[in-house]
Amino acid sequence: MNSFEFVRPATVAEAVAAASAPGAAYHAAGTNLLDLMKGGVARPTRLVDVNRLPGLDRIEHAPDGGVRVGALVRNADLAHDPAFSRRFPAVAEALLSGASAQLRNAATVGGNLLQRTRCAYFYDLASACNKREPGAGCDARGGENRLHAVLGWSGSCIATHPSDFCVPLAALGATVEIESKAGRRDVPLLDFHRLPGAAPERETVLEPGDLVVAVRLPAEAARFAAHARYLKVRERTSYAFAVVSAAAALRMEAGRIAEARIALGGVALKPWRAHDAEAALAGAQPDAASFRRAAEAALTGAEPSGGNAFKIELARRIVARALAMAAGGTPERVPALPASPFAPAPGASVHV
Amino acid sequence: MGLSIALTVNGAPHRVELEDPRVTLLDLLRERLHLTGTKKGCDRGQCGACTVLLDGRRTNACLALVAAHDGADVLTIEGLASGGELHPVQAAFIAHDALQCGFCTPGQIMSAVGLIAEGHAGNDPERVREGMSGNLCRCGAYAGITEAVLDAQGRLARGSEAA
Repeated sequence: MNSFEFVRPATVAEAVAAASAPGAAYHAAGTNLLDLMKGGVARPTRLVDVNRLPGLDRIEHAPDGGVRVGALVRNADLAHDPAFSRRFPAVAEALLSGASAQLRNAATVGGNLLQRTRCAYFYDLASACNKREPGAGCDARGGENRLHAVLGWSGSCIATHPSDFCVPLAALGATVEIESKAGRRDVPLLDFHRLPGAAPERETVLEPGDLVVAVRLPAEAARFAAHARYLKVRERTSYAFAVVSAAAALRMEAGRIAEARIALGGVALKPWRAHDAEAALAGAQPDAASFRRAAEAALTGAEPSGGNAFKIELARRIVARALAMAAGGTPERVPALPASPFAPAPGASVHV
Repeated sequence: MGLSIALTVNGAPHRVELEDPRVTLLDLLRERLHLTGTKKGCDRGQCGACTVLLDGRRTNACLALVAAHDGADVLTIEGLASGGELHPVQAAFIAHDALQCGFCTPGQIMSAVGLIAEGHAGNDPERVREGMSGNLCRCGAYAGITEAVLDAQGRLARGSEAA
């Protein structure tokens, strides 16, 4: 690990000023950053510790049903907040399907948004990686790439964004609150992460010094609470990143789908909202044919970036199954195996 | 410029002078406080061998910078038994043969103590297995570990009812 200066600002304004310097990085739990620093992948010269900043660790429920979650709220605390998990069950299920209990106790909301890809070539300093070293090339192309992107990738980068949390947030229209030298601004989560294009080293819209202070979900997102699920295929039952995942949320009226929300994880360098699939379900019957049609629409434009063509059909099936599970109703309690394809789904046909 | 950090470890106050902020909680415990019960397995948050309770919550000590935890309360495997008496989770691991080589065991036990305190697993073995998935055991003692956690949880619940 490289040497660095550790600073502990007392206010958000001090933090933003300290982190505006070249080479500075924010430090919250460090669950991803320390790992990257130990591997020499990240080499910040200054860590700006945000753990003591006031007011960033609150979950504020609005009377209208919306919520504002401070950037320092720990993943486990958010998932187990009763009012939050009741209003946004797919988000709670996604949080509990990610990492391990130890990591969820430490990892923060803001850090989750900003975690880096787990592409092995990004982590391996002996490999070429345009994200780590712009212009170096991409050894993932032509390498071990069965888990890489099938949507939104470019010739310069085929990595995926690893977050589970961001997937239902994308489906439900979350907003990111950002503090900067110029003041506070809101950015829709869907615009927060960048696709790689020709500049994969630029991962988000954040500028130097910008600090994520909160994530908000609007009141209308809680209207999906009765039919909202997250489903995640992993290479082992627990404690693994998504091969493919999907968040599905339905608003049902008189037995038909009034409104649908769908987003995918593990398929692109950002959480992937499937607007076309949602449109295909408006007014539809909640049946296998509708879900398959939506799944086809969700993967429109998908292309293998290497030996990963299987992920396209897998993603279709996961979208269809997540929709069937959502139609079956949100379980009273997050299942023993959150988001697992192996968990029994009472009231829903899992084979669609 | 150094940092002066106050920590309580297993009930005892410590003042730690950090000349270099790169020190993790795991390295502090093992190299400076000589509490080597907390193990360094992967050192990257993947195996759980370094699990301790940090302010009452189980966490990976290998990914926690000491500099960020001024004032924290830390409980390690060395602080779990009281007097000569093993903690119920320790006793249950012995009773259920929940280990072979023992390297992962301190982390498993601290994780189990944290899981029981969190109170989300109930008596469901599936929830216990899921809740313990951050602790790898290369000997494969998982069946015994699950039994030990459920047994210890039951004993602790009965103990608190009796008290």
